[in-house]
Amino acid sequence: MANNESNQPLVQVKNLCKYFHISRKETLKAVDDVSFHINKGETVSLVGESGCGKSTTGRCMIRLYEPTKGEIIYDGKDIMKLSRAEQKEFCKRVQMIFQNPYSSLNPRMTVKEIVGEGLKQHGMSQKEVDEKVEKLLETVGLNKDHMSRFPHEFSGGQRQRIGIARALSVDPEFIICDEPISALDVSIQAQVINMLKNLQETMGLTYLFIAHDLSVVKYISDRVVVMYLGTIVETAETEELFSNTQHPYTKALLSAIPEADPKKAKANERIPIKGEIPSPINPKNCCRFAERCQFATDRCFSEMPELREVAPGHMAACHLI
Amino acid sequence: MENLLEVKNLTFSFHTYGGVVKAVRDVSFEVRPGEILGIVGESGCGKSVTSSCIMRLNPEPPGFFEGGQILYKGDDVLKMDKKALRNMRGTEIGFIFQDPMTSLNPTMRIGRQIEEVFVGRKDMSAAEKKQKALEILKMVGISDGERRYKQYPHELSGGMKQRVMIAIALVGSPSIVIADEPTTSLDVTIEAQILDLLKNLQKTLGTSIILITHDLGVIAKLCDRVLVMYGGKIVERGTVDEIFYETGHPYTKGLMQSIARLDTAKGEKLKPIEGTPPDLFSPPVGCPFAARCEYCMDVCMETPPETYRLSDEHETCCWLQHEFAPDTDMKKTVIEKGEVK
Repeated sequence: MANNESNQPLVQVKNLCKYFHISRKETLKAVDDVSFHINKGETVSLVGESGCGKSTTGRCMIRLYEPTKGEIIYDGKDIMKLSRAEQKEFCKRVQMIFQNPYSSLNPRMTVKEIVGEGLKQHGMSQKEVDEKVEKLLETVGLNKDHMSRFPHEFSGGQRQRIGIARALSVDPEFIICDEPISALDVSIQAQVINMLKNLQETMGLTYLFIAHDLSVVKYISDRVVVMYLGTIVETAETEELFSNTQHPYTKALLSAIPEADPKKAKANERIPIKGEIPSPINPKNCCRFAERCQFATDRCFSEMPELREVAPGHMAACHLI
Repeated sequence: MENLLEVKNLTFSFHTYGGVVKAVRDVSFEVRPGEILGIVGESGCGKSVTSSCIMRLNPEPPGFFEGGQILYKGDDVLKMDKKALRNMRGTEIGFIFQDPMTSLNPTMRIGRQIEEVFVGRKDMSAAEKKQKALEILKMVGISDGERRYKQYPHELSGGMKQRVMIAIALVGSPSIVIADEPTTSLDVTIEAQILDLLKNLQKTLGTSIILITHDLGVIAKLCDRVLVMYGGKIVERGTVDEIFYETGHPYTKGLMQSIARLDTAKGEKLKPIEGTPPDLFSPPVGCPFAARCEYCMDVCMETPPETYRLSDEHETCCWLQHEFAPDTDMKKTVIEKGEVK
């Protein structure tokens, strides 16, 4: 699906850092020097455990957070240096789908108001808004009877559809999906994934897909970025990443997935991963994964590995590769 | 060997402002010594209610038993008084709750929460209780037990808290542990650690585990036998291999097809189960899954399906197994026809 004709990527994240100052001495480095790009029409996934900074990265990219350092270049322009008018235009082109459909919809607004809120901001009349909302609800598999209802009248899957309709309302070209299916039931997850895929095909959307479920990520994305404690540890095309895994963390993450097949699950020898994700407050200046890595050497504890190309288009940050 | 726990025709409902919700409808199963029994289903299918019924943890009222029996080592749990129930909870049956972040008491130290199981035990001294708590902490893989013993829940990470939950469930050396979605709120790497821990503990202690989950991956990894629940009923049961490789119910098949696996090809479309689960205020007359089933026939809408036995362990509740049903890929050889459930 990647559009190789245009050389310029749609979004470029360059050396993005987002620090939260907790106290005079403590700094939480949520995202630390992260760079990647997304081409037009592509689906890029950000994966990692909770606390690895994947959601913070996503939120910086839509200006919900202001980055501490680094730039985010969208279609040739740095999004932190936009004029007022350009900002409004930017909001129209980039939208977000949130993780929890129970808390991301205002319980006091009807579906029509929720989906139409953005449209009104961009100067549509009430009549036009009504027509558009009706069409949008149809696109996401709801109908116009639902327009005057409130969010509590819907199931989780239906709410997530409303969230998707809201994101689609302003005809965006780039959507950030922050764990859009993790709060949904198994049988409903597939419905939403299929819908996101269909929308991408018909509307030519570009996705940044933030998730922790690697089997879904493998299914949906063209490229994968694996994050650990605020840094990128490995990035590659999906096929390459899953068939030629390089970084010990990615390997451990892959082997930890419980596979829905008893024979494989019992045969699968897990690569043990010790302990838990350490605190991102004042991290040491060495490989972030060293503490939990079974192959760690002295060098891993003293020097920060750089992201190097290990195969064409495949980057990994590890001293041992 | 004799069954540890027998649940017979259990029906449990809740009074609500909207009417009576029939959460569990006519569910029967048994738990054998030393096995891991999985209960799988979507949210609202009654799997959590069923398991809390075993320990009488559902608030009554608004909940009430409409019928059935729960026999633990021959004694009916439904007829027990408060004192008998209290003796059973913790020492005979342990419970691991879903969310370790909210189910530990934030104002109590870890050690006291573990020892709470022994409150009222006059034959144990304080030192013995502490000894036992430290032992169990070591067993669930918490190093530096002396320090952890004195800490509060907020000082521990999610995975640690879940280990403490497991410690609380196991400290009374129960014969059955009920684990209600023990890994749902954890990260994959931590999830793998906790699952390994559960499996090892089960092997060393010989405890039976009832594992409730919606994740088929967890089922595949741990369980010996599986119950599949839908709309408050058990629709299929069998050994884990039978459920995965000889699937006998369209719902189970739908569940398997709707998840993305690592070996799912890129272009391949996932096959979701269309529609939503039934409304249990007025449960469907026929098969609960009929409205979403791709094989649905007229009879499915009108009459609840019979139970068909496909092997010693494997049973399915589906009209497709009837001798007059059309030939589909779901059709299996039926050994015996059960009574109408």
